[in-house]
Amino acid sequence: MGLDINITKKLPGFELKVNFKAENYILGFLGASGSGKSMTLRCIAGIETPDSGRIVLNGRVLFDSQKRINMPIRKRKVGFLFQNYALFPNMTVEQNIGFGLIKSISKVEKASKIKKKIIDLQLTGMEKRYPYQLSGGQQQRVALARALVVDPEILLLDEPFSALDEHLRSRMILRLMDDLKDFRGTSIFVTHNMEEAYQLCNNIIIIAGGSIDAIGQKDTIFNSPPTLYAAELTGCKNISKARKIGANIIEAIDWECRITFNYEIQGDITYIGIRAHYLESSEENEGINTFNCWVVFTSEALFRIKVYLKFSEPIGDEKKYHIMWDISKEEWELVKRNPLPLKIRINPEKVIQIK
Amino acid sequence: MSEYSPLWISVKTSITATFIVFFIGIYVAWFMARYKGRARGLLDGILTLPMVLPPTVVGFILLLIIGKNYPIGRLLSGFGINLIFTWIATVIAATVVAFPLMYRTCVGAFSQIDVNVINAARTLGVPEWKIFWKVAVPLAWPGIAAGTVLAFARALGEFGATIMIAGSIPGETQTIPIAIYFAVVAGETGNAIKWVILIFIISLTVMVASDKWSQKQMFLVSAARRK
Repeated sequence: MGLDINITKKLPGFELKVNFKAENYILGFLGASGSGKSMTLRCIAGIETPDSGRIVLNGRVLFDSQKRINMPIRKRKVGFLFQNYALFPNMTVEQNIGFGLIKSISKVEKASKIKKKIIDLQLTGMEKRYPYQLSGGQQQRVALARALVVDPEILLLDEPFSALDEHLRSRMILRLMDDLKDFRGTSIFVTHNMEEAYQLCNNIIIIAGGSIDAIGQKDTIFNSPPTLYAAELTGCKNISKARKIGANIIEAIDWECRITFNYEIQGDITYIGIRAHYLESSEENEGINTFNCWVVFTSEALFRIKVYLKFSEPIGDEKKYHIMWDISKEEWELVKRNPLPLKIRINPEKVIQIK
Repeated sequence: MSEYSPLWISVKTSITATFIVFFIGIYVAWFMARYKGRARGLLDGILTLPMVLPPTVVGFILLLIIGKNYPIGRLLSGFGINLIFTWIATVIAATVVAFPLMYRTCVGAFSQIDVNVINAARTLGVPEWKIFWKVAVPLAWPGIAAGTVLAFARALGEFGATIMIAGSIPGETQTIPIAIYFAVVAGETGNAIKWVILIFIISLTVMVASDKWSQKQMFLVSAARRK
């Protein structure tokens, strides 16, 4: 049961090639814009037709190029939440939600289904309003209610938060998690925002240039990204080419330093990375994995500061840096007082190893 | 035969032609707005042709189709149906020349609709005909209304094709434009002026009324589109 998809489609610039299964959980589709994530959703919904392959949803074949099956959109039982919500502007909230309820159900039943969704999605009092009279968040909930009221077997969410203001987003994410709690099917959530993906999803697929780059449980993907692209996309700012030079020692080629682990490293390593906020200031003068660092430049954000460091003394006006350290302003005020070079420790437990 | 018969014939013909063009026009436009096939350019050209061809050419082609001496006309007259030089012929002529105006305006209006809205309706399991009448037509309504008015105006002013396939039979096929022509030819300037003033009044009234109306419609739709 669930979704089983294996399709290819030629697109300008690249070929979309996706093959995965998803079963009754929220699957995150993370990728840069133009990587084919939305196109995959559109193929599942039937809005776009793949060149070849097969899509099976809960045992129903939606698409099969060999058997020449291409089920029309309206028979697929796919709920689709569009980026711009795509509400019917000429209909009220009530009419929007009820528009898909056409099958042989009584008026009373129809009204009660609409009513239930209006209560579930906290749209009470807005029944008679038109979409243009609603805020972005309310429009999104109407779109969700409209999609859920027809009992879809899968819910496809195409960057549902990209049209919302930044300050609304975190609230809307919590709300969406709540709204989706009662949905007993697979959901696929497309985004280019790793925060959203991490908060909402159980499993994550990283897609790059039309193919799946990494797939796995969200904690695995975020804590130990299996590929270079996955590391970059999940927000790892410090990445260096690397090679194993001892049973437990890795040389970071770009950083010109060596990191020692307290266990034996299995297999080859091509890259290592460390997230910018995992760097630590060290009191010790010389220790394992503690390095002399010179500040090249800093860049201030609202509450935090990005400190660009080099493992050797910069020459003149040099702007080349090795690693970036993301640190709170308060902490930086303290660290700043120490004489250069700063002592920075790279905690091997936080190091991302890419094979 | 009343003195005002050209007025009634003109109004009757234009309304009937507009009615036919309304339904055929929006259906064909809906199809063409979504059709992405290879024959698109050709089909679009053929559908627009009556607008750009001289009306006499349109009339001539219609004559070849429904004339008694040609295959289709002969077939029809075998069933006792004779179209040429009848009131139906005035309707056919007006319909054909008015069609492209309706069609063009509606294609424009339909392609303005956000395809996601249409696709959203499809994912909800709504059948195509319901999407068409409940979503596409209401959203394209200002364009459809404008196209209808243009089509009516064009049908009212039709002369060339009408005279070729319907002739000028007073009380039957003689519309106002044709009455004007024959009045001028016969040197009845006063009579011609009378018809000219009348057609002025009709056209202007329809345009002004439709403008007021479409402003209201436009407001409703654009208000609905505002975020």
